[in-house]
Amino acid sequence: MEILLEKYFEGQTSIAEENELKNYFSSLNVAPHLEQYRPLFGYFVEAKDENFDKKLPLISKKQKMAWLSIAASIVVLVGIASYTYFNMNKPNENAALGTYDDPKEALEATQKALAMLSNNVNTGIEGIQYIKMYEETKDKVFVE
Amino acid sequence: MNQNDFVLLINPFKDKLFRLAKRLLVSTEEAEDATQEILVKLWSKNENLETYNSVEAVAMTMTKNYCLDQLKSKRASNLKIVHTNLANNEPSLHKQVEDHDSLKWVEKIINQLPEQQRIIIQLRDIEQCEFSEIAKIVEMNETAVRVALSRARKTIREYMLKAHNYGV
Repeated sequence: MEILLEKYFEGQTSIAEENELKNYFSSLNVAPHLEQYRPLFGYFVEAKDENFDKKLPLISKKQKMAWLSIAASIVVLVGIASYTYFNMNKPNENAALGTYDDPKEALEATQKALAMLSNNVNTGIEGIQYIKMYEETKDKVFVE
Repeated sequence: MNQNDFVLLINPFKDKLFRLAKRLLVSTEEAEDATQEILVKLWSKNENLETYNSVEAVAMTMTKNYCLDQLKSKRASNLKIVHTNLANNEPSLHKQVEDHDSLKWVEKIINQLPEQQRIIIQLRDIEQCEFSEIAKIVEMNETAVRVALSRARKTIREYMLKAHNYGV
């Protein structure tokens, strides 16, 4: 065993010989003067038992890119769809507002609308006349 | 190659990669991260995987290089912390002796060796690789591997004798 151990420390042992050493030192009858080497070989055996059991994120970049492009195309599609949807609705709304295609008709309608507006404004002005009267009376009463 | 094939392919040696990473990086979490990184890298090389004659050897070399890079960048970024770590190693080392936790203690000794020797000890004494395989992974010739291995084993023996004299 000593010779084998010496060979071991010189790095000249084969794997079979090293296994022999490991077996010897894991057995119960180790010579007392060799006892000190026992933990070394014990450690070698024990250290081999450690395992890797973390989960692997195995989605490659290519797959990630694929998902990304799918998501992007969905966004684009939704964008186009909503744009066209709202654009289709717009002309209908204009029709409801009373758009005219004939200029004459349009002129008449505009004049009518403007006349209505000025009438309303005049009514407002009449109302303001009262305020003016109030102002004059006030000036008469509170003369400086 | 699909995911299942890949998992089957890496299953026999993924623990080996992890143990090598842990030997170099010491921390379990870091070793896990490193192993994960390497396996994902391997997966992204998917198409070329068949062209290698030994995926395991490639993976081992990748792990070795990755961990050494990792250590180098850590050292470059916080030299001070590394030094305090070294200083702190001594008392805890003695504590280990007192605790008679000899297996842990062997680990401590091995982890104090230079990186190259640590890799070789890991591959030879724990994973039981042939010298030719080790030579390929560490990119040295076989004689140099033998010399480094012998040196590492002798260093360990020296520490152990010291511990033995202190301890008993």
